[in-house]
Amino acid sequence: MSPDLLKLIFGRLTIESLPLHEPIVVGTFAVVATGGLVMLAGLTYFRLWGYLWSEWFTSVDHKRIGIMYMILGIVMLLRGFADALMMRLQQALAFGGSEGYLNSHHYDQVFTAHGVIMIFFVAMPLVTGLMNFVVPLQIGARDVSFPFLNNFSFWMTVGGAVLVMASLFIGEFARTGWLAYPPLSNIGYSPDVGVDYYIWGLQVAGVGTTLSGINLICTIVKLRCPGMTMMRMPVFTWTALCTNVLIVASFPVLTVVLALLSLDRYVGTNFFTNDFGGSPMMYVNLIWIWGHPEVYILVLPAFGIFSEVTSTFSGKRLFGYTSMVYATVVITILSYLVWLHHFFTMGSGASVNSFFGITTMIISIPTGAKMFNWLFTMYRGRIRFELPMMWTIAFMLTFVLGGMTGVLLAVPPADFVLHNSLFLIAHFHNVIIGGVVFGAFAGIGYWFPKAFGFKLDPFWGKLSFWFWVTGFYLAFMPLYVLGLMGVTRRLRVFDDPSLQIWFIVAGIGAFLVFLGILSMLMQFAVSFLRREQLKDVTGDPWDARTLEWATSSPPPAYNFAFTPVVHDNDAWWDMKKRGYQRPLTGFKPIHMPSSTGTGIILAGFATAMGFGLIWYIWWLAAASFIAMLAVGIGHTFNYHRDFDIPADDVIRAEDARTKLLAGAK
Amino acid sequence: MTVAVNPTQAGEPVFYLADEHPHPEGYSTSLGFWIYLMSDCLIFAILFATFGVLGGNYAAGPAPKDLFELPLVAVNTSMLLLSSITYGFAMLTMQQNKTAQTQMWLAITGLFGAAFIGIELSEFAHMIHEGATPQRSAFLSAFFTLVGTHGLHVSCGLIWLVTLMVQVWKFGLIEANRRRLMCLSMFWHFLDVVWIGVFTFVYLLGVLR
Repeated sequence: MSPDLLKLIFGRLTIESLPLHEPIVVGTFAVVATGGLVMLAGLTYFRLWGYLWSEWFTSVDHKRIGIMYMILGIVMLLRGFADALMMRLQQALAFGGSEGYLNSHHYDQVFTAHGVIMIFFVAMPLVTGLMNFVVPLQIGARDVSFPFLNNFSFWMTVGGAVLVMASLFIGEFARTGWLAYPPLSNIGYSPDVGVDYYIWGLQVAGVGTTLSGINLICTIVKLRCPGMTMMRMPVFTWTALCTNVLIVASFPVLTVVLALLSLDRYVGTNFFTNDFGGSPMMYVNLIWIWGHPEVYILVLPAFGIFSEVTSTFSGKRLFGYTSMVYATVVITILSYLVWLHHFFTMGSGASVNSFFGITTMIISIPTGAKMFNWLFTMYRGRIRFELPMMWTIAFMLTFVLGGMTGVLLAVPPADFVLHNSLFLIAHFHNVIIGGVVFGAFAGIGYWFPKAFGFKLDPFWGKLSFWFWVTGFYLAFMPLYVLGLMGVTRRLRVFDDPSLQIWFIVAGIGAFLVFLGILSMLMQFAVSFLRREQLKDVTGDPWDARTLEWATSSPPPAYNFAFTPVVHDNDAWWDMKKRGYQRPLTGFKPIHMPSSTGTGIILAGFATAMGFGLIWYIWWLAAASFIAMLAVGIGHTFNYHRDFDIPADDVIRAEDARTKLLAGAK
Repeated sequence: MTVAVNPTQAGEPVFYLADEHPHPEGYSTSLGFWIYLMSDCLIFAILFATFGVLGGNYAAGPAPKDLFELPLVAVNTSMLLLSSITYGFAMLTMQQNKTAQTQMWLAITGLFGAAFIGIELSEFAHMIHEGATPQRSAFLSAFFTLVGTHGLHVSCGLIWLVTLMVQVWKFGLIEANRRRLMCLSMFWHFLDVVWIGVFTFVYLLGVLR
């Protein structure tokens, strides 16, 4: 075939684009491909495709979508953590003239992919998954406001993850750091596909995130059950509301800034170039106007989880509910007023830097108020040290430390010294792992029985907990020290041999975290095998306080046979205290949304369009776009998107629960 | 909301609704669409901000004074404003259940919208022909992106408008279609408001600069 024709069909994708010269990548591919084939064969052998398609992939049930988000997050955690281990190993080895084992081309991709994956495809899916699963149950709703949109949002997030994962084996990923600052990320310095993978991976996933934000805001505002006023909402729902407001008010900024970067790269405009009037600092400003709220998007739901866990396992109403709500709202607003602290060194002058330094320090006040609320909730409570509570206590200790180094970094003169150093790396891992990751784990442990009907095995959970916590401290405390000594981030080789011991300690810490992750996977496996012993028949295994525990574990598709009526904060606690009797008769058909495959199909085309744009395969991009338009418009011609669950089915499900509850007594 | 009490529970606190009606279809739609519009508004806000920062960087290339023809822009603006009025008429006739008139006003709206896009494209072509391409300077990059994004929105609105006309033609002014027409109405007027911003900040202030 002529080169022109090949170019027309494959764009710039050639056989050389496959990283066959990188033995590490080839090895990884072999493992992933084998694993993938075994999984596909297994699914085919056990005839699970139809089940997966009809019960999960096309499901609009918020609980199933939530669980799928969690699975995505955990799978991507394995990838992101593999990158972390590679970096730790490289930095521990590359001393005394050694080049380590990663060349700079590969190493730069590894640290970029680590950041991108951990934020967008681990933390975001875990947080979104928990909100999706829990919020409708907590507010006594049967689903979210726009169930189809929810399914579509999830698959767009998957589409983004697929593009980022594809870059590992087809072409390469960005070598720019996780925020892809120009001019480095512009076409002149990054002519390859790496940054394009970055752009389209995030754009596809970003559409999903924005839509799911709109969806959850509507759900919380419009679908609360009677009696649940705003100030009676569980704190997790409050934090979810604030987080989704932040999502809707910040992700469009990311969309625009990435679109402008792609115009620079594809069309040759001059937004972020060094000449023709472009301004790279414009990019840095814009991306942090999204990026700082993003931090709070992740951590606010974690705060919500800790609030639920603390109050449940202390057996007390949350101390200072009102102040907790206001603290959350204040953080939401303040998170928009601090973005410039990410680049004090830009040179915007003393007054601008002082303003942003002070607003940054002010954020610690509402956060501190929360910390005291949790402490006072525990004070004179009957604390049960179940796993979620252990994660919460680890969070409180760790997060305070990370918060204080954050306040330190907020002082502009100190930041001039510590900017881009390992001190900063230690700081944000300290708050993200200590806050978001521990929060997600607390949430998983806490709501797992609700989702699956059995508790998680405590032995492997505790093992995982101790590996994670000690591993975290060993991995990141040395980075604080190194940062204070002036070591900057993203270095591949080192000259000063006296630094090596700190990197070795950090590497050991990372290995302990690795054991923590393995223990957690083991915990899932063991719990599944022991599911009969760990079974939760009551629906309320922790003697908890909010409405989700009024349902069976797992809840029926319709969540509540009758819409609950709320009289107090901690509605379920109030119901238990006042002798609520579960209704046994009078069931009626329940109106529910139908499953649809449109979401996954649309997201599939969006992903194909992204792939076409990355590789300049214009026909693929155009065809996918037209297909998306056609499927999208076609979907609007379907006016019958819901059905009634027959009363008989409701009766059957509720009777089964009655039997289960009778057996439990 | 009226709370129907389960008879066996009379006198005790009510913990659930014995009898309920599901939320009507599209219960959350107008709120959801408003929030979507606000997120779209943010997209324009960032593009305006970018234009504000980079709009004076001509890079020794053409400036607004050399490029903008205000009479043409005035004609274009009136196309869009008229289309907003005619969409309003479409909504009025929809409320009176007059399907044919609704369709007629929608078609007129679409024509005005198409005229707007046509004039804008010819303006762009003219500028590019004169060498004022998006690549020429940061000012022109920001100009084409801001105005082009608005134009892209209007084009999407046109596709949506045609889709809705087909749906009204096939299924009539049923509840779902009324809701959709309402959403498009909000979208259309929103684009009008954004255009007022473009007209003022980009064209009028640009020529003054």
